[in-house]
Amino acid sequence: MNVTRGFTGRPRVHHPGLPPGQYDAGDDWPVLSAEVTPDLTPADWTFRIDGLVAEPRSWDWDEAHALPASVYEGDIHCVTSWSKFGVRFGGVSLDAFWDVVRPDASATHVVAYSHSGYTTNLPLADLTGGRAWIAWEYDGRPLPAEHGGPARLLVPHLYFWKSAKWIAGLRLLDHDEPGFWEQNGYHARGNPWEEQRYSGD
Amino acid sequence: MAPQTADAPQAADASHTPFTPPTRFAVPGRIAVSNRAAARWRTATLTEIRRETPRVSTFRFAVPGWAGHLPGQHLMLRLTAGDGYTAQRHYSLASPADDAGHIELTLDHVEGGEVSGWFHTEARPGDEVEVRGPLSGFFAWPGDRPALLIGAGSGVVPLMSMLRHHRLRALDVPLRLLVSARGPEELIYAAEYGAETTAVFTRRAPEGAPVGRLSAAHVAPVLAERPPGGWEAYVCGSNAFAEHASRLLVAAGQPVDRVRIERFG
Ligand SMILES: Cc1cc2nc3c(=O)[nH]c(=O)nc-3n(C[C@H](O)[C@H](O)[C@H](O)COP(=O)(O)OP(=O)(O)OC[C@H]3O[C@@H](n4cnc5c(N)ncnc54)[C@H](O)[C@@H]3O)c2cc1C
Repeated sequence: MNVTRGFTGRPRVHHPGLPPGQYDAGDDWPVLSAEVTPDLTPADWTFRIDGLVAEPRSWDWDEAHALPASVYEGDIHCVTSWSKFGVRFGGVSLDAFWDVVRPDASATHVVAYSHSGYTTNLPLADLTGGRAWIAWEYDGRPLPAEHGGPARLLVPHLYFWKSAKWIAGLRLLDHDEPGFWEQNGYHARGNPWEEQRYSGD
Repeated sequence: MAPQTADAPQAADASHTPFTPPTRFAVPGRIAVSNRAAARWRTATLTEIRRETPRVSTFRFAVPGWAGHLPGQHLMLRLTAGDGYTAQRHYSLASPADDAGHIELTLDHVEGGEVSGWFHTEARPGDEVEVRGPLSGFFAWPGDRPALLIGAGSGVVPLMSMLRHHRLRALDVPLRLLVSARGPEELIYAAEYGAETTAVFTRRAPEGAPVGRLSAAHVAPVLAERPPGGWEAYVCGSNAFAEHASRLLVAAGQPVDRVRIERFG
């Protein structure tokens, strides 16, 4: 351990939900995106799943909202070190979309791509079993544009850059393919509990 | 989920034609980021503190084995308390690329801030902290394309690394800097700006200079210069400033995929 002289940190209570190296951002919700926030209305928004699936297809806003509603209540963790406890997102579980497109047995990974051109890669297993959503509400209100509204991917058990804002689609592949931040040195999976921040962690 | 598959208005989608999103990031494949170097924590020894403004100081460190960086990149910095508690934050590199074995960071003293508070009240030469990096090639500028830099407050830090790089290497690729500060006494690196820089003062300005925030009137003349190949725009500052400046740029005709943004939160 490399103790910093004179550093005590702020008074704190240990929060069991805080992964290593993270701090509680409280009411703050920092915005971290590298691109210009796209002007995207619900009427322009589409979401497509293709690649290694039995039935590739697209949904528009109304079609996606016709799927069974689902809520995530819990914590989120950003690789830049902040975490937020007890947030509430509304949308649809990705499982409802998987039931429609039916992934091939050969599919192992997913590239999520957004309407801004951003991409991020994920193992398919991280997007099934009730652990991932398409979210369009935050705290009972429409998701703000700077946080990915009208709709973003939500994969709360991974660092938040995996929860692609302005989600446009998912492509299923039989191999892993680094996305935008991953090509820029970030970790392929991004598990906050294992501090998988950068490639090599 | 039979109802969804049954209503099949999407038959045309059944092809595997790759989808092309409406805009594309200019992900710069030309920038090599050393992932191996970034994976390791290194000890950085504080060698010098320079005051920039009443609230901002520059901290110079010796970092043996630092692999160098590209202007615009940042690092992760970690402080450790006696009980093992750690605080880590991102900071942009202020120093130019050619400063072997040394790095400089410029920190705003954030009210009640845990890490910037330690730097501004406790830190002295000889102290050790830990750093890893450099990180993220996206906001980096190797000095190849015409660069239009727009920053506010401590958002000017990575842009100054670019400006210093431009000067030290005597590059002749065009570079312009628009920097916003509340007043002249809060303008970081004030003594270092030259003809490439326009300062915008939002609250108090020197005699004869206007007061007001960055506007289309500042952006339009620079965009009108239109260097060969066009500008690569780099915007850095608070999220509110980044939203404002990036929208101004796009409204003035800068292509959306030639705007790179670093948001400090
Ligand atoms: C890519 C990147 C590059 C950056 N580069 C720079 C740079 O070059 N220079 C720079 O100055 N900054 C930079 N930043 C911002 C920097 O990372 C820090 O956010 C900043 O220094 C504040 O950290 P802190 O620990 O001092 O404040 P924090 O402790 O994080 O506090 C921030 C604010 O929240 C409040 N707060 C948070 N938690 C609590 C709590 N538990 N109790 C009371 N109050 C609380 C504080 O009062 C304060 O107002 C950068 C950020 C990013 C993402």
